[in-house]
Amino acid sequence: MTRSWCMKDLEHWDARIREKVEEFGLTCCSQEFEVCDHEQMLGYMAYHGMPAHYPHWSYGKSYEKLKTLYDYGVSGLPYEMVINANPSLAYLMRGNSLCLQVLTIAHVYGHNDFFHNNFMFRSTRPELTIGNFKLRADRIRSYVENPAIGLNAVEQILDAAHALSMQCRRHSAIRKLSHRDQQKRAEDAALPPHDPFHKIHKTQTCTAPDLKRLPLEPEEDLLLFIAEYNPYLTEWQKDLLHIVHEEAQYFMPQIETKIMNEGWASFWHHRIMNSLDLPEDMHIEFLVHHNQVIRPHQGEINPYHLGFSVWHDILRQYDSPSAAEINHHGTPDKSGLQKIFEVRETDRDSSFLRRFLGEQLMRDLDMFAYQRQQNEYVVTAVADEEHWDNVKNSLLKNVGMAAQPVIRILDADFSLNREMLLEHEHDGRDLHLEYVEKTLAYIYRLWGRKVLLRTMLGGRSRQLTYDEAGFGQDDSHNPSEQAASRT
Amino acid sequence: MTDTIFRPYSESDALRSDRSASDRVRHRQKVREAIRENIADIVAEESIIGQSQDKVIKVPIRGIKEYRFVFGDNSSQVGTGDGDTQPGQVIGQAGDKSGPGGVGGNQPGMDYYETEITLEELSDIMFEDLELPDMERKKLREIPVENARKRKGFRRVGVRVHLDMKRTAISRIKRRIASHATRASSTLQDGEEKRFPFHRDDLNYRRLVTDVRMQSNAVVICIMDTSGSMDTMKKYLARSFFFLLHQFVRTRYSNVEVVFISHHTQAREVSEEEFFTKGDSGGTMISSGYNKALEVIEQRYHPSLWNIYAFHCSDGDNWEQDNAAAMKSASDLCELCNLFGYGEIKPLNSGDYGESMLHLFENLRASNFHALMIENKEDIWPSFKAFLSRERETSVAREPL
Repeated sequence: MTRSWCMKDLEHWDARIREKVEEFGLTCCSQEFEVCDHEQMLGYMAYHGMPAHYPHWSYGKSYEKLKTLYDYGVSGLPYEMVINANPSLAYLMRGNSLCLQVLTIAHVYGHNDFFHNNFMFRSTRPELTIGNFKLRADRIRSYVENPAIGLNAVEQILDAAHALSMQCRRHSAIRKLSHRDQQKRAEDAALPPHDPFHKIHKTQTCTAPDLKRLPLEPEEDLLLFIAEYNPYLTEWQKDLLHIVHEEAQYFMPQIETKIMNEGWASFWHHRIMNSLDLPEDMHIEFLVHHNQVIRPHQGEINPYHLGFSVWHDILRQYDSPSAAEINHHGTPDKSGLQKIFEVRETDRDSSFLRRFLGEQLMRDLDMFAYQRQQNEYVVTAVADEEHWDNVKNSLLKNVGMAAQPVIRILDADFSLNREMLLEHEHDGRDLHLEYVEKTLAYIYRLWGRKVLLRTMLGGRSRQLTYDEAGFGQDDSHNPSEQAASRT
Repeated sequence: MTDTIFRPYSESDALRSDRSASDRVRHRQKVREAIRENIADIVAEESIIGQSQDKVIKVPIRGIKEYRFVFGDNSSQVGTGDGDTQPGQVIGQAGDKSGPGGVGGNQPGMDYYETEITLEELSDIMFEDLELPDMERKKLREIPVENARKRKGFRRVGVRVHLDMKRTAISRIKRRIASHATRASSTLQDGEEKRFPFHRDDLNYRRLVTDVRMQSNAVVICIMDTSGSMDTMKKYLARSFFFLLHQFVRTRYSNVEVVFISHHTQAREVSEEEFFTKGDSGGTMISSGYNKALEVIEQRYHPSLWNIYAFHCSDGDNWEQDNAAAMKSASDLCELCNLFGYGEIKPLNSGDYGESMLHLFENLRASNFHALMIENKEDIWPSFKAFLSRERETSVAREPL
C-alpha cells in the first residue's frame, strides 16, 4: 500500500498543500524541510530539535532513554518535528511513506502558522533562533575547553541552572519592571493619596519605603536574580545562568500552548488532506494515521486529541450553536472560522481551555480527575453536573506553566546575612520533598549562602532550609518572630 | 512566504552526525559514579550473587535524576476515559512505570530508573577504586600459554590469504607516480595510458605472530560451616563474601578455579549449588574443613603453580576439643595460601550462644591471615576491603625479603 517517493513527489505535494494553505487563510513564514533518518531524528529530539545545541549529559541521558524506548518498541518516533524559527525548520523521516510525508507537511504548516501568529511567540525572535542556539553552544564549548574552567565546573553550574530554569515569570506580555522602576513604584505607593482639601486637612505623614530591601517586590526569575545579585559569581558563571534562562524563555511559549498548537495543526492537516483529492489508497492511509494521532489516550490527556476536539467545538458553537448556547451567550457575532483565527492569536492553553472547554464537551470526552491514594491512582471526580468544574480546574492546574510550582524570592538579605528567603505560593499542591531538598542544594550552590523556603506540607506551614550543614526543616515557623529578626 | 526548501537526506551527514555521543559518554560516566556510590547496597542485593559473568543485572540508580521543584503526591491529574469512568475507580498502581502520566508531566517517578549492566562491568566498577593490592604473583606460578595469533606489521612475502590488497594497491600507485615523474616525456607521448602492472615489490602481506601470554592461575577455596547452627541468614552473608572474593580474584588472574568445601564434623568437597543450598545438621569441627582444604591443595593445586585464596565462614561455634587441631591446620594453610581468611558470622539478635573462634585465632601470628566479624549485610563490603588491605600489607611486608 505504501508508495515509494522521491524529492520531486514531496515538492509536488508541497506546492498543492501550499495552495490550500493560502486558500484557507493561514499565514506562514517560509518553511524548510530536512529529510533525516531515525538516528538523526532521535538526536534532534534529545536536543529539542535544534541543529546546534550546547552539550550537557542530560541530553545524552534523554537520547539513551528515547533510543531504548524506540528500540524496544515502547514508543514510536514522531512523524514530524518542527521548530519555531524563521524560516521554520522541520524534519521528515526518511522511512515514512508518501502519505505520511504529505500528512506531516500539512501538519507542519499548521504549526508554522501558529508560531507565526500566536501572541505568546511575539517575543521569541524566530529569525535569530538557530543562530542564537549556535552562539550559546559555542560559548559553552569555549568554557568547557578553557583549561581554567573545564567540564566539571561548567557542569556544576549547568546542573544547578537546569533545576531552576522553569522558575521564571509566566506573563511575558506584562513588562518586567527594572529595579529602578520598582523603587519608583514603591515611592509612589508610599506617598499620601492626592487630597483636594489638603489646605484644611492635617498634613498626612508618609513613611519612607525601605528602598534598600532586595528584591523590592517578590521575584520569580530565580536565575536572573542570582546572576545579577550574587557578587561572587564570575562572568562565565553568570553567562551560563543567562544562557539557560534564555533557552527556557524560548521554549516557554511552546509549553504554554502545547494543546492549542497541536490541536491547531491537527485541525488544519485534517482539512487540508480532505481537500486535496487524495487517491483512494492514500486517503485511507491518511485516515488511519490521523486517527492514531488524535485518538484519546486512556487515563491521560492527549494534547492532539483535546486540542482537536476543542477547536472543532468552537467552530460548532459559532456556526451552529445549540438553543441553550444562544440562550446563554446570544447569537454569535462572527463565523466559526473567524473566531478560531482570532483565538489562535490571543490565547494560550490555560485561557483557551478555560474559555472554550465546556461541560458538554468534557462529558463527551469522559474527563475525570484522579489522585494518588496510598499506592493507587483513584478517580476523584468525573465530569458530571456537580463536579465538572472541579475536573476542569484540576486540568487548568496541569497545563503549561501552571504545572510548575511558583517559587518567589522574598528577601535576598534575610536576617541581614545575605541568606535567601524563598516562598512557595501554595495552591493546594504540596511540593515533592526529595526534589525540594536537591533543588535547594542547587540554589545554595549558586547563591553561596543559606537558602530558606517557606511552604506548606500536609496542611502545615513549614520552613525548609539548606546551608553548609545540609538540608533542614523547621516545623511551623512563626512569622512574627521572623519579622522581628529583620529589624 | 518564499519557496519551501527541501533538503534531501545525505548519508554522509548521517554517518557523521552522532552528535550526542559525547553527552552519552558523560552520562554513562555519571551512571558509573552513581553505581560506585551505592556499591555497598548493590553488593548486598541477593540477586547478583552466584550469577554468571555475562548475566545482565538491573541496578537501581540514584543521583543522576534532574531535580527541580515539582509537585508531590497530593496534586490531582486529569485524564480522559473510555466513556463510563466512575468516581472511586482505581486506574493504576503507584510506582508502576506505565502508570498514568499527566499532561504537564509534572510528576517525578518516571525519572527513577534502573540501568542494566553486566556482572563483569559491575565488578570492574567495584574494584577499580579499591586501592588494589599488588598481588603477590610468584614467577613460577605463571605459565606461558599460546593464546592466539595476532597481527603485527607487514612483510613482502607470505601466503595469498594474508595479502593486504589495499596496501598493495597503494604501493603500486606510489610506484607509478614515482616512475612517471622521472620518465614523463617518454611514456606520455601517445597520450594513451600505458598498462602498469603490479610488481612483486608492491605486494604487502600481513604478518602474524603468535601471542605469548603469561597465564596466572588462582584457586579460591571456599570453606563453609554447614552445621545445624548455620541458618539461612548466616549462609547468605557467607555467600556474599565468597561471591566478592571470587569476583575479585577473577579480575586479577586469567585462570581461576573455585573449590567448595562444606563441613560439619566431617568435610566434603561439593558443587556450588549444593554448597549454598544444602544444610546439614550436627556439630562442628573446623579442623575437618581445613584438613580437607589441605588435602585438595596437595592433590590438585600445587602452591608453586597456583595462587591460593582460602576463606572460611563459620559462626564460630566449634567443638572445644577440636580447637587445638583447628589452630594447627590453620597455620598450615597460612603457609600454603596467598591469603587465608576467617569470617565469623554473627547476625545481630542471633543470640549469644557458643563461643567465638576469633579469640582463638588472635593467637595465630601469620601475616597473611585475617579474621573478621560480619554482623549484617552492610558489613560485607567494608570487611571485604579490610580483608584485601591485609594482603597489601603482606606484600609490602614481604618485599625486603
